[in-house]
Amino acid sequence: MLLEVRDLHVEFTTRDGVAKAVNGVDLHVDEGETLAVLGESGSGKSVTAQAVMGILDIPPARITGGEVLFQGRDQLLLKEDERRKVRGAGMAMIFQDALSSLNPVLSVGDQLGEMFRVHQGLSRKDARAKAVELMERVRIPAAKERVGQYPHQFSGGMRQRIMIAMALALEPALIIADEPTTALDVTVQAQVMDLLADLQREYHMGLVLITHDLGVVADVADRIAVMYAGRIVESAPVHDIYKAPAHPYTKGLLESIPRLDRKGQDLYAIKGLPPNLMNIPPGCAFHPRCPMAQDVCRTDVPDLFEVSEERRSACFYWRETLHG
Amino acid sequence: MGRYVIRRLLQMIPVFLGATLLIFLMVNVMGDPVAGLCGERQCDPATAAQLKKEFGLDKPVWQQYLTYMGNVFTGDFGTAFNGQPVTELMGSAFPVTIRLTIVAIVFEIVIGITLGVLTGLRRGRPVDTTVLLVTLVVISIPTFVTGLLLQLLLGVEWGLIKPSVSPDAPFDELLVPGLVLASVSLAYVTRLTRTSIAENRRADYVRTAIAKGLPRQRVITRHLLRNSLIPVVTFIGTDIGALMGGAIVTERIFNIHGVGYQLYQGILRQNTQTVVGFVTVLVLVFLVANLLVDLLYAVLDPRIRYA
Repeated sequence: MLLEVRDLHVEFTTRDGVAKAVNGVDLHVDEGETLAVLGESGSGKSVTAQAVMGILDIPPARITGGEVLFQGRDQLLLKEDERRKVRGAGMAMIFQDALSSLNPVLSVGDQLGEMFRVHQGLSRKDARAKAVELMERVRIPAAKERVGQYPHQFSGGMRQRIMIAMALALEPALIIADEPTTALDVTVQAQVMDLLADLQREYHMGLVLITHDLGVVADVADRIAVMYAGRIVESAPVHDIYKAPAHPYTKGLLESIPRLDRKGQDLYAIKGLPPNLMNIPPGCAFHPRCPMAQDVCRTDVPDLFEVSEERRSACFYWRETLHG
Repeated sequence: MGRYVIRRLLQMIPVFLGATLLIFLMVNVMGDPVAGLCGERQCDPATAAQLKKEFGLDKPVWQQYLTYMGNVFTGDFGTAFNGQPVTELMGSAFPVTIRLTIVAIVFEIVIGITLGVLTGLRRGRPVDTTVLLVTLVVISIPTFVTGLLLQLLLGVEWGLIKPSVSPDAPFDELLVPGLVLASVSLAYVTRLTRTSIAENRRADYVRTAIAKGLPRQRVITRHLLRNSLIPVVTFIGTDIGALMGGAIVTERIFNIHGVGYQLYQGILRQNTQTVVGFVTVLVLVFLVANLLVDLLYAVLDPRIRYA
């Protein structure tokens, strides 16, 4: 197993109180596997990713419990300097908004080359050559001419390719992509996603794809983990989940996708709002919005029940949901 | 870029003419320029008339201005009333003030930026609060108070420095005056850097730099500082002109025979040619410094392109 997160807890101390962003996340990724982490804004997907990478802002954030095992080593126990060497080389991250995530005053060649200069001690010239090679690998035309240009001189899609190239530079075993296509035009989204999927296959990397776009997930993911209020509420192989969800929240998400065969009908929406992380409802966090909620849901926190060997659901009524 | 520079240089002409005309008029309404020559006594009318004719002061002001500007462009800034060419005064005064300005700017850069980075990264902690308080005190106290206080303490009481700078004004004697001259700007540089660093340290590209596995040192200097210094450099650049012309108080306190000192003497003795000459050069320094800052801006931030 490449990455295993066990019972991760993250809190944020804010002026108004403590926000519990991640409340016991368990997930795992194998080599060459794509795991999609699905959830609304504020469900804790990005915070989980940043905790795994070790780039949380501490404080205000605080990891209050859990383990992050990467290639067998608990990252949370490593010294900062050891952890730094894993970042970029062992696991890398692709961010959502490439324009703000790239440094505006350094050329893309400098920013790509920096990976080789810092981690491998290459000379400026060799690093620049490697940067061109990377740009070609993510199919940026005229890479040799454009290597000296700055991020604002590239289009949105090209910039996101540069982000991908940067993550790919040292051929890490794991890439975490945090909504890599959200900031792009729909037409460009598919190209970038295909590129990412191709490269992942080529390098046999583990990929954690954080998204709220169910359409993207269906095409590229092997498994899906659905997050709600800082917990995984369902995890399953992609086909199983689309065929029959085992958690009312997942079911609600799937039903709110617009479908051509239901043209003219009202679009389904999950009623209510995601919970305030400073005041998460007792019992199952989803119960105030859940059409199936019973008394037990309001008092007891459901375990992550084993639906099948590869499938888990954090719902007392997963059987009813699955078959109903 | 080339076209931009040419346009800016052309824009300087009206600014330069306007500024010099203003100062020329102001100095002329200041009082009777020949009165100062006769010292305490009232000038005898015949001598006054003769002097006026000699210096061309009997002609109308606009004609005086044209003659003056014509001379300036041939490098003749006129003669002070004591017979010394103004260019000679400049030759002795400007090197001294330039040295003083360099000392001040180095203090601003080294101390101001260091403190700004330190406090910006530790916003809200005791270091930050202390430094912020000190900068506020420095900004509130007028330069002549800090100057006289330091002169009294370091120079007279403790004898660590010479209370007045010798005529050559070597760099080591200019350290304390330079610090006094820099003090207020230094406090501003600290605050500006602090705000800029604190604002940018949560920027996405800083997070990217950390995610790339770069050492903290490199994240701060290459990514955070590079971006945060853009407004600071602009401030320091514009400050060069202000420091050169604004050293009057500091130069008086430490008896430095620089531009400020000569200007002060010129105004005191109603020495038109000296005052106008020095101010003219200061106007030029200011204009050129501003142009250089704008050009530097484009170098620091590639998103800015002048067309």
